[in-house]
Amino acid sequence: MNTALHPLDVEKIRTEFPILQQEVHGKPLVYLDNAATSQKPIVVIDAIQDYYLKYNSNVHRGVHRLSQLASDAYEETRETIRQFLNASSLQEIIFTKGTTDGINLLAASIGRGMIKPGDEIIISAMEHHSNIVPWQMMCEDRGAKLRVIPINDDGEILFEAYEEMLNERTKLVSIVHTSNSLGTVNPLREIIDLAHSKNIPVLVDGAQAVPHTKVDVQALDCDFFVFSSHKVFGPTGVGVLYGKKEWLKKLPPYQGGGDMILHVTFEKTKFNELPYKFEAGTPNIADVIGLGVALQYVQKIGYDAISEWENDLIQYALHRLQEIEGMRFVGNAKHRAGAISFVLGDIHPHDVGTILDREGVAVRTGHHCTQPVMQRFKVPATTRASFAFYNTKEEIDQLMNALHKVIEMFA
Amino acid sequence: MDDLRELYQEVILDHNKNPKNFFHMEDPTHTAEGYNPLCGDQVEIYLKVEDGIITEISFQGHGCAISKAASSVMTTILKGKTVAEARQWFARYQHLVTADIGEAVDVDEFGQLAVFAGVREFPMRVKCASLSWHTMLKALEEKDEVASTE
Repeated sequence: MNTALHPLDVEKIRTEFPILQQEVHGKPLVYLDNAATSQKPIVVIDAIQDYYLKYNSNVHRGVHRLSQLASDAYEETRETIRQFLNASSLQEIIFTKGTTDGINLLAASIGRGMIKPGDEIIISAMEHHSNIVPWQMMCEDRGAKLRVIPINDDGEILFEAYEEMLNERTKLVSIVHTSNSLGTVNPLREIIDLAHSKNIPVLVDGAQAVPHTKVDVQALDCDFFVFSSHKVFGPTGVGVLYGKKEWLKKLPPYQGGGDMILHVTFEKTKFNELPYKFEAGTPNIADVIGLGVALQYVQKIGYDAISEWENDLIQYALHRLQEIEGMRFVGNAKHRAGAISFVLGDIHPHDVGTILDREGVAVRTGHHCTQPVMQRFKVPATTRASFAFYNTKEEIDQLMNALHKVIEMFA
Repeated sequence: MDDLRELYQEVILDHNKNPKNFFHMEDPTHTAEGYNPLCGDQVEIYLKVEDGIITEISFQGHGCAISKAASSVMTTILKGKTVAEARQWFARYQHLVTADIGEAVDVDEFGQLAVFAGVREFPMRVKCASLSWHTMLKALEEKDEVASTE
């Protein structure tokens, strides 16, 4: 399924994303804000509509026909995701609201279940706020310490500093797979192997990885992996937490409520089995189903073809952007994916973003929810162009034309 | 590019390049920091108020051309004005940058501020244009509160 040898038929793929067929301010839309959220193929939109039109019903409850259809579709998606991540068991796949929700779930559960005063959690200097703040809150609550692996000027983690940081007080390493603001792809196998040599579990924030690369949680051997549906061509409001069964069994539930219980009395509640122990309340059924369809869609295109095309695009974009005088890239990692962050002379990224918008080009400007990264590189903000498999080289040329208009304006 | 020229008028670009009163004041009577968490724009406003008159005003910080020019123009307008007048200018300016697009702008009424009329067409940029003005007001008000407890 993922060994596509065919090149990507981008023109055909673009017809499957209705939103891309429009003009913005009278110019063809060039959507280069994929790291913020990706666009959705028509099959995903149809699947969500289909659910509401034909079998909207609650899951795991009714004996009636519609409830059975909804429950089946919901649980089949869990199987789609198990295969997508190559997890060994369905019990290891937990539906969340998104990456942030998944990290908060773990921070709360790990905090309550296994963190004592003086314990340490390790993150890196390139984390998104969603992989900083939940740990900060938990550490404050438990009297634990948050430690941060520094990064070099290219935006790569300093492995020796990481090695020195690991000790008997370290209880978890939580690290981003692919940085949303720098585009860095971290050496996860090395990071995980080193942590495991000291029996420390590792959580991987895969939000920016799954749109671009095949993830195999068993090959990575990570203990936890989180991602969001909306970054991988699915709907907003859904995400996945993968956790190794032995960990999830040990950890206490996050939220209490319906679905996560076996038996409730006012004296004592017996919690449900995995994965339901971590899924309190009626889930986001329609969007879970939409996520399943999105992942099947991506797998049908094939990650080999996607990676090849996107690497081409990024190399082309880097090459073209370098033509511009005063161009400074923020993040120059050798191994990169997804996004290019840059600063253009002393022109503020907001001004760049506004002018690009009028040329139909959608980029993100600002700190990208990674303020510590901005502080590290001593910039208040950057302009970020982020790519998906439906982007084209012609669109990068349009970005270039728009950037020349920026320079013209501010010359 | 026409509506962009409306937004990025020459005056705005000039103030962005060579901002007026862009320095840290050593002995302000009023100061406040403004921050836009959405975009990371940050500004500090310093005021010296004597007998209800703003005798000195300056700013520092980082932000886009719109926010920098707004700060710069604001300082040139408010220098020498009374605190009450500063509040009136604030209200006038707020109206200017948030008014309906169809509404005509009387250049005479707004004076130097009229160059910011184009901001109305860019709702995402209203905050950039307003940050320094809100910060100026905060500086004046916070001091008022302190003064009232003395």
